[in-house]
Amino acid sequence: MGYTLIEKLIAKASGKKEIKSGEIVFVSPHRVLSHDNSSAISKTFASMGAKKVWDANRIFIALDHNVPPPDERKALNHKVIREFVAEQGIKYFYDCGIGICHQVLPEYGHTLPGTIILGSDSHTTTHGAFGAAGIAIGRTETASVWAIGETWLMVPQTIKINLHGRLKKGVSAKDIILYIIGQLGADGADYQAVEFYDYLEPHLSISGRMTICNMAAEMGAKTAIFPYDEITGEWLRNRVKEPYESIKADPDAEYERVIEYDLTHLFPQVACPHKVDNVKPVKELAEIKIDVALLGTCTNGRLDDLEIAAHILHNKKISQGVRLLVYPASQQVLCEAIRDGIIEKIISAGGEVAIPSCGPCLGAYGGILAPGEKCISTANRNFKGRMGCKENTEIYLASPSTVAASAIAGYITTEA
Amino acid sequence: MKFEGRVWIFEDDDINTDLIFPGKYTYEPLKSEEMAKYAMEDYNPDFAKQVKKGDIIVAGKNFGCGSSREQAVTCLKYAGVSAIVAKSYARLFYRNAINSAIPAIKCPEAAETVFQKKPMKISIDLAQGKIFVEGQEFFFLPLDKQAILIFEAGGLVEYTKNRLIREGG
Ligand code: SF4
Repeated sequence: MGYTLIEKLIAKASGKKEIKSGEIVFVSPHRVLSHDNSSAISKTFASMGAKKVWDANRIFIALDHNVPPPDERKALNHKVIREFVAEQGIKYFYDCGIGICHQVLPEYGHTLPGTIILGSDSHTTTHGAFGAAGIAIGRTETASVWAIGETWLMVPQTIKINLHGRLKKGVSAKDIILYIIGQLGADGADYQAVEFYDYLEPHLSISGRMTICNMAAEMGAKTAIFPYDEITGEWLRNRVKEPYESIKADPDAEYERVIEYDLTHLFPQVACPHKVDNVKPVKELAEIKIDVALLGTCTNGRLDDLEIAAHILHNKKISQGVRLLVYPASQQVLCEAIRDGIIEKIISAGGEVAIPSCGPCLGAYGGILAPGEKCISTANRNFKGRMGCKENTEIYLASPSTVAASAIAGYITTEA
Repeated sequence: MKFEGRVWIFEDDDINTDLIFPGKYTYEPLKSEEMAKYAMEDYNPDFAKQVKKGDIIVAGKNFGCGSSREQAVTCLKYAGVSAIVAKSYARLFYRNAINSAIPAIKCPEAAETVFQKKPMKISIDLAQGKIFVEGQEFFFLPLDKQAILIFEAGGLVEYTKNRLIREGG
């Protein structure tokens, strides 16, 4: 019996020849990712009696969650991280404003196909877009990896998902993953790895694959991977400097399930409050008035996302009373969007463009909802209170094009 | 190790980490004891006030889904919760529970029986993998080898500490 992709990647990172699902093995990651939580991790690291990190060249830290810091405590939090970075000689540190960790890691060439990336952020699954296994771990585990360079993983079973068809105009990767989560449920892939195969015409872009892998975390997936292909290679060409392996699953690999989706007839989808698997086609919703439209985040804050929205917003104005908050995923994205005139279109339509960061996505600062407000968002979570206020607030998740169309209309709608 | 505890019944499936520990506090530098004050705030506001040391939570499917925040485990541990029994867990919550040495037991049958009979107390025998609900016995899979090492050390912090000492790091 052959091996699935995740089995091969875990075997490689653990130095074992044969592994089987359910088995616990120790793996050493290619990169360990963390963000604003690095100060808490550094304290745990110290409490473990650790002095020096195991490998300063394999730790990646980006400041993105509270950028720029809204208060003294959060500013201090960043300061603690900068000091730790300097003291340990951590090579890959990206300070405030460079972008969201999951965007910055691949942009700066740290996501290598065929590797394992452990991250103390639940959306570390995003890196599967590059044929890597992005696996989320907790803060204490991250501290332990900083100290000893490895952690335990259970070899998961794998679900294979084949994507077929040709998407309708106005339907995007976000609609695909919302639809799949709606079908499989919030625990549909718990403890399991998901391998996505892109048979769509045309193929998904790297950005679209990142959206899908990012949100696979919302159905419980341990990791979600699009195997390496020419699209991956093309994207990585000028970004990655190290050699890498393009590992593929064996043809006779054993899957827990194989699911086929023909997406030709898919319409824009929306995840309704307060669960990500409460998914409906936009067309089936009653007229839901919105107060805030959030465009951006690690799920949909890339150039093509902003471009789609700008195209819809061009020469129009957002509905009176609606705030359109725009959080590009990174500085590189922002610069390109400025160069291409995308940002100007968004601002002219009434959008508020912010510094590349997580912003209101996690409700810690910046763009928090008021009681009773409703938001349509391109982010990945609609849990009650996620955007800072739980009093009668509602968050709806949708694609950039649905968010832009809704901002103009003032209620949830789509162009497609 | 056998122990008995008062039961908190959280019948819903998919109780997420925002409900267990609100996101707005995640980047506040709080001590573990302070985290306990916000435990389950958005799900059951009475919980943090009334929970007692040794209490056991019994929950539905996919308990602890959502973010990787460890505070969701820490706040329960410091609130006094001695164990959690659920139909199933989200992966990260389960990992965090092992790494914090708080027993997260998967036993859908026991959970369902608790939901129906609503007992005041239940008892758990960790070593034997048994839960007792009003005279009925339920079995669960004991923890795997690696998890036990971490458990016995008292959590991942202690485990790593011991390893660094052993390896002279
Ligand atoms: S943008 Fe939102 S989901 Fe993404 S890393 Fe930041 S807080 Fe998490």
